[in-house]
Amino acid sequence: MIISKPAIAGTVESSDALVSVEPGDGKIELTLTSSVMNQYGRQIRETVMETLKRLDVDSVKINVVDKGALDCTLKARVECAVFRSCDASEKDIPWGGVIQ
Amino acid sequence: MIPRPKPERFRLRRTMMFMNAQKPGLIKDAYIYGCDSIMLDLEDAVAENQKDAARFSLYHALKTIDYGDTEVIVRINGLDTPHWQEDIRVCVAGGADGIRIAKCESAQDVHTVEAAVEAAEKEFGVEVGRTLLMAALESPKGILNAYEICTASERMFGVAISGGDFRKCMQTKPQPDGVDMLVARGQMLIAARAAGVQCFDTVFTNLDDMEGYEAEVRQNKAMGFDGKSLINPKQIRLVHELFAPTEKEILQAEKIVRAYREQSAAGVGVFTVDGKMIDIAFIPGAERTLKLARACGLYEGDLV
Amino acid sequence: MKNYVGRDIPDFLLVNGKEVYQGKNYMDGKYLKKASPCTRRFEKPQESKIVPTLADALRQCGAKSGMTFSFHHHLRDGDFVVNMVMKAAIEELGLDNLTIAASSLGAAHDPIADYIEQGKVVGIQTSGIRGRMGEVVSAGKLKTPAIIRSHGGRPRAIEGGEVHIDIAFIAAPTSDCVGNCRGIGGKSNCGSMGYAMTDAKYADHVVVVTDCLVDFPNMPASVEAIDVDAVVMVDSIGNPKKIASAAARISQNPRDLMMAENVAKVIASTPYFKDGFSFQTGVGGPSLAANLFLEKYMDERNIKMGWAIGGICGPMVELLKKGKVGKVIDVQDFDLDAVNSINRTPNHFEMSASQYANPANKGAFVNKLDFVVLAALEIDTGFNVNVLTGSDGVLRGAPGGHPDTAAGSKCCIIVTPLTRGRMATVCEHVVTVTTPGDCVDVLVTDYGIAVNPLRPDLIECLDNAGIPHVSIEWLKDKAYSLVGRPDELQWEDKVVAVLEARDGTILDVVRKIKPFTLE
Repeated sequence: MIISKPAIAGTVESSDALVSVEPGDGKIELTLTSSVMNQYGRQIRETVMETLKRLDVDSVKINVVDKGALDCTLKARVECAVFRSCDASEKDIPWGGVIQ
Repeated sequence: MIPRPKPERFRLRRTMMFMNAQKPGLIKDAYIYGCDSIMLDLEDAVAENQKDAARFSLYHALKTIDYGDTEVIVRINGLDTPHWQEDIRVCVAGGADGIRIAKCESAQDVHTVEAAVEAAEKEFGVEVGRTLLMAALESPKGILNAYEICTASERMFGVAISGGDFRKCMQTKPQPDGVDMLVARGQMLIAARAAGVQCFDTVFTNLDDMEGYEAEVRQNKAMGFDGKSLINPKQIRLVHELFAPTEKEILQAEKIVRAYREQSAAGVGVFTVDGKMIDIAFIPGAERTLKLARACGLYEGDLV
Repeated sequence: MKNYVGRDIPDFLLVNGKEVYQGKNYMDGKYLKKASPCTRRFEKPQESKIVPTLADALRQCGAKSGMTFSFHHHLRDGDFVVNMVMKAAIEELGLDNLTIAASSLGAAHDPIADYIEQGKVVGIQTSGIRGRMGEVVSAGKLKTPAIIRSHGGRPRAIEGGEVHIDIAFIAAPTSDCVGNCRGIGGKSNCGSMGYAMTDAKYADHVVVVTDCLVDFPNMPASVEAIDVDAVVMVDSIGNPKKIASAAARISQNPRDLMMAENVAKVIASTPYFKDGFSFQTGVGGPSLAANLFLEKYMDERNIKMGWAIGGICGPMVELLKKGKVGKVIDVQDFDLDAVNSINRTPNHFEMSASQYANPANKGAFVNKLDFVVLAALEIDTGFNVNVLTGSDGVLRGAPGGHPDTAAGSKCCIIVTPLTRGRMATVCEHVVTVTTPGDCVDVLVTDYGIAVNPLRPDLIECLDNAGIPHVSIEWLKDKAYSLVGRPDELQWEDKVVAVLEARDGTILDVVRKIKPFTLE
């Protein structure tokens, strides 16, 4: 997917994450802050990168403010932000396709 | 990914607890409180501009979280909104046990949802007929059409009245004795029983008024409801306590079922238990009592 | 050298008779030579001990660089006194190489972090450490390792001379002109002054700092004039809003309530739950809520609580007033209901920290305790509890009376949710052991109850009562299945804090945390 405009999804409530995306310069630039950085920072990064890969996003500036979200929440927030940036978040989502 | 067993159309549903599908902290383990069904809400609890985000959350929650024996129902947005089709797609794709149709007013509404569910089942390779339906009756018209709604589909397992909207339509407010909705509750119960589906009462929203809540739950049980919608885990226990059969009821049911099995094996159709005439018509009720008792942890025998 | 809970204690700490932790009651029966302070005689009758400023008091007490100053924490997050005294000592008298020996330190003491960074404060001995001070100590900026002791371990160390207090500063809500102090009657009321009492008896010099001077004699005094050198009157010793909350409210969080109900069930299933039983609970959500459910069982069985101890708050005072508990004995008050009750409500008494929890005296209250209900940041499969270091390895907590009550009580129940956000509370190895697993009996979580295999008698109680329970390994696996297995924290060699067990042996150390990078 092509990140065509800035979009955000999520909140900074406990157990959630706030994900914002904007058009990139041909690569994935991830900035991550997390309340559980020492113990889960790597796993969070892995989840975010895997999700972007599934969505076929290879050029994006993505900022994740994690407040202890579980993997399933992280995926949901990244996907929603990406789909929103493509104006494609409201219908015909490929559940079970690239969303899994 | 957690595969869920095929939903059971008529299972125990004493307590159905609403949870905002958009709140990760809430939905991750709502089952620990022991309600029979969780109602993940895409409708009123989710702001209009977060409907899309809620679906992504819901999908991954359904696919990731092990809800165990707790039933997972999703309340979708009304048929007069732009959201309900995608809501149905995500429910079916995620493998929700059932869908609650908001603001249902006619058999046609059920048919409309059923068609979309079936299409989604085909699209996502889900067994056709797996996804159950229930309807929320929120208007006088819904109540008047309760019977046709209850009988509109083989997927329908029950109906629930939704007090907030219904009372607004009726220009009334909650009354301590429940008179504001007495007729509607009764009419819906009659329709549900006639159709052979379950029937659930509305939420009680004042969390601090535990006395008022208890009075309502007692009335629910007395009227014959199968269960109640809840908004907070602390409301669960009272329903389970009050809906549980008494020791006397359990003993009586046990005697009836046992006697019936012995007598019918011997070819006898009508017999007496403690001086009361008993025939086959008593058996389903007695068995239901024992099943309920087992679910409440009060019966450990092997008759059901 | 590995200790009883498997923690590696570096040899350089095992000097001057220091030993590693060897299991509970290891020191039982041994003899202790008590320390004796060198105090000044006030033979000539004095009208008043009031001196104009803290600096004057410091000078009068012969304050020098290299000294140890002690403080108590009854003013909690509202305390002004630690900062005022250290400012006077460092900025007015120009002292350095100072050690702070406090019963606890918290967010109110952020400015002390600067003195640590400047090398003016070189030693910290405390039960709790939080906020910026926790961060700078964790970053290795304190010259000597901080020493963390329990509320019972502190008076043991003071009485045995391991901590020699040069000057004790007593923050006093009221005092008279010669230093009789009470925790009530002024504008910064805190109730009990239990943590200050041992300091006053064992310090060479004692300075009372108050913002409410009352007529002589201020009776009954928590700290007595016979131990006091000087009294300093200041504008304000603390912010009352942060000293005690208006009223500790019982949690309405359904998760807390569910766990609290299970705690009460466990308690009611044991043989110790009989008329006259004794009880302590923390003030955390589920711990405090256990009061509510316990009352139901007490009514049902028609029994009363004999006595309760601890940090006290409103719900326990309520029980006392209703006649459902015989006596409340109190080392600290958490809310205004408790502050206003101590020494006023019949049978609500004050006690010192030593009387409360010191393992080296001849019978602290904790030793007679039937039940204690406590929280945890983490608990591992050996039932070891951490209440000190966060998931990032930074100091931000307090053992307090946790290890003392756990060791002394017949049934110690830890209550905590299985996960907090993404943190697994039940884990394989806690970051730091603050209460050893041989003192912990039952764990109640929102996903199930586990009993320490060391207590087959309690397992039988639960079975007889039909209370389901699981192994702590099952809970740990469940937690990791929800949040994922955490990466190990990365440490440097430098020891930044030493965790003393209540008996004075070494339970664990905290090392400097490596700055985290994703690469």
